[in-house]
Amino acid sequence: MRRALIAALFFAVLVAAWQAMAWSGRWSPVLLPSPGSVAEYLLAALADGSLLEATGVTLRRLLVGYAMGVAIGLPLGLLSSTWEVVEDTVGVLALGLQTLPSVCWIPLALLWFGQSEGAMLFVVVMGTTWSVMIATDTGARSIPTVYARAARTMGSAGFHRWTRVILPASLPFLVSGMKQGWAFAWRSLMAAEIYVTILSGFGLGQLLHYGRELNAMEQVVAVMLVIVLIGLLADKVLFAPWERFLHRRWGTDARGA
Amino acid sequence: MALDTPAINTVPLGDERLGELLVEGVSKWFRTRRDNVHALDDVSLHVRPGEFVSLVGPSGCGKSTLLDIVAGLTRPDAGRVEADGVPVTGPERHRLVMFQESALFPWLDALGNVLFGLKLVPDLGRRQRVETAMEHLRLVKLERFARANVHELSGGMRQRVALARALAPDPRVLLMDEPFSALDALTREQLYDDLQEIWRTRRKTILLVTHNVREAVCLADRVVLFSPHPGQLREVFDIPLPRPRDINSAELSGYASRVTAALKSYYTRDAML
Ligand SMILES: Nc1ncnc2c1ncn2[C@@H]1O[C@H](COP(=O)(O)OP(=O)(O)OP(=O)(O)O)[C@@H](O)[C@H]1O
Ligand SMILES: [Mg+2]
Repeated sequence: MRRALIAALFFAVLVAAWQAMAWSGRWSPVLLPSPGSVAEYLLAALADGSLLEATGVTLRRLLVGYAMGVAIGLPLGLLSSTWEVVEDTVGVLALGLQTLPSVCWIPLALLWFGQSEGAMLFVVVMGTTWSVMIATDTGARSIPTVYARAARTMGSAGFHRWTRVILPASLPFLVSGMKQGWAFAWRSLMAAEIYVTILSGFGLGQLLHYGRELNAMEQVVAVMLVIVLIGLLADKVLFAPWERFLHRRWGTDARGA
Repeated sequence: MALDTPAINTVPLGDERLGELLVEGVSKWFRTRRDNVHALDDVSLHVRPGEFVSLVGPSGCGKSTLLDIVAGLTRPDAGRVEADGVPVTGPERHRLVMFQESALFPWLDALGNVLFGLKLVPDLGRRQRVETAMEHLRLVKLERFARANVHELSGGMRQRVALARALAPDPRVLLMDEPFSALDALTREQLYDDLQEIWRTRRKTILLVTHNVREAVCLADRVVLFSPHPGQLREVFDIPLPRPRDINSAELSGYASRVTAALKSYYTRDAML
């Protein structure tokens, strides 16, 4: 309760400072929209459905791309943690590609897929896969060997060993890897939406982009707020349950680990 | 106490090599970047089915390494190891290990840990598995903690869960690496009684590594003494005391002091090097 109060106070002060700056009149409303005008835009965009639609489009792209990135990156990470062949080939590739900012994929994506959903998806998958793979690899390598040894003596081998020992044992690392992957996916998608104009769907990134084109700064700020909110919400909905599980079972805070 | 549970891997009558361990001329080196450690040097040991053997010796004399080799987790560089009369090629469900550090899985609760090995035993129904697991938790007096997470258990409780986990699938051979070193004296003495009872009723072959000479003497038919650098088997002491044994009895002390005297000679000899 006290923590909620402190948080509420913090944000209230933040908004008040913003409002004070807007009122001072030192900056033109074109550059610094007031909280009121942003709220006005948000309400209007909610009412006419354009905001919800854009959010829907963005989330769909994000979830599909992220799911694909995890589906590719996770098994690759497990493989490269055990097989030197994979480590020396795909592992090195992943290490290199992970350092590549995802915006760099956009020219290639446009040439290969044109102005399409495919290009968008490609950028997100490229942005997610490698970081998930590397986090999984690191996680699987840092499992205390005594777990695997104990499991082996009890007769665990092959598929059973993967699913009942290696995977759960590396869960703390997997969760932080998936979180990192999520952040990467989110970033890649925003870059893609800002740079790739397509007609099949109007996402939050495009809303942001056109806000700038139209000099509608309240739209830009409002969309940024929505993006931040979705990020926070995803953290609570997607990852908090896992982190609570880790906390309960391992007795550690996954964030502190 | 639930000690008379039906054995899961009932030893077929007549096959008198089941549960036998044979170690012959085993040597092991560990090559690291800096060093080449001679962990075991030409070690030979024959353990009869159902025999209880304790291994004692200074730290670093290769006791854990020998246990690993017998378990099939490590390959010896020379020599051969047989269990049940057949060469050991890898780990096997009939030879379970209690590791020196608690190897409980943190992603499972206490019951889940005990169930882990049971789930890998073929032809065992779900009900039967849970019953067997609970029985073994009761055996180590932790049935109230079946649903506790590993990090919520004390070091001693963890070792007791690990004992339950190793016993539950009813292995023929139990390899124990300093299982009681983290326990308080009273719990330990209680577990000595329990272990003797388990050993009496279920006739397991047990190899126990310990630094506690009284413990070694109290539990074992034979106490085997190792010396380090390189790890060598030095002496074997027969302990023909009647069972059940009380760790505080006078005869036991007599044997223990003889083993301790021998052990001391290796410590001093080592110190002089
Ligand atoms: N994986 C390994 N790599 C390198 N050296 C090792 C390895 N395992 C053991 N050794 C070395 O082999 C020797 C024997 O080790 P071991 O663990 O078997 O001793 P121990 O008798 O069990 O000692 P303690 O009583 O302290 O547990 C030690 O000198 C140790 O440094
Ligand atoms: Mg040891």
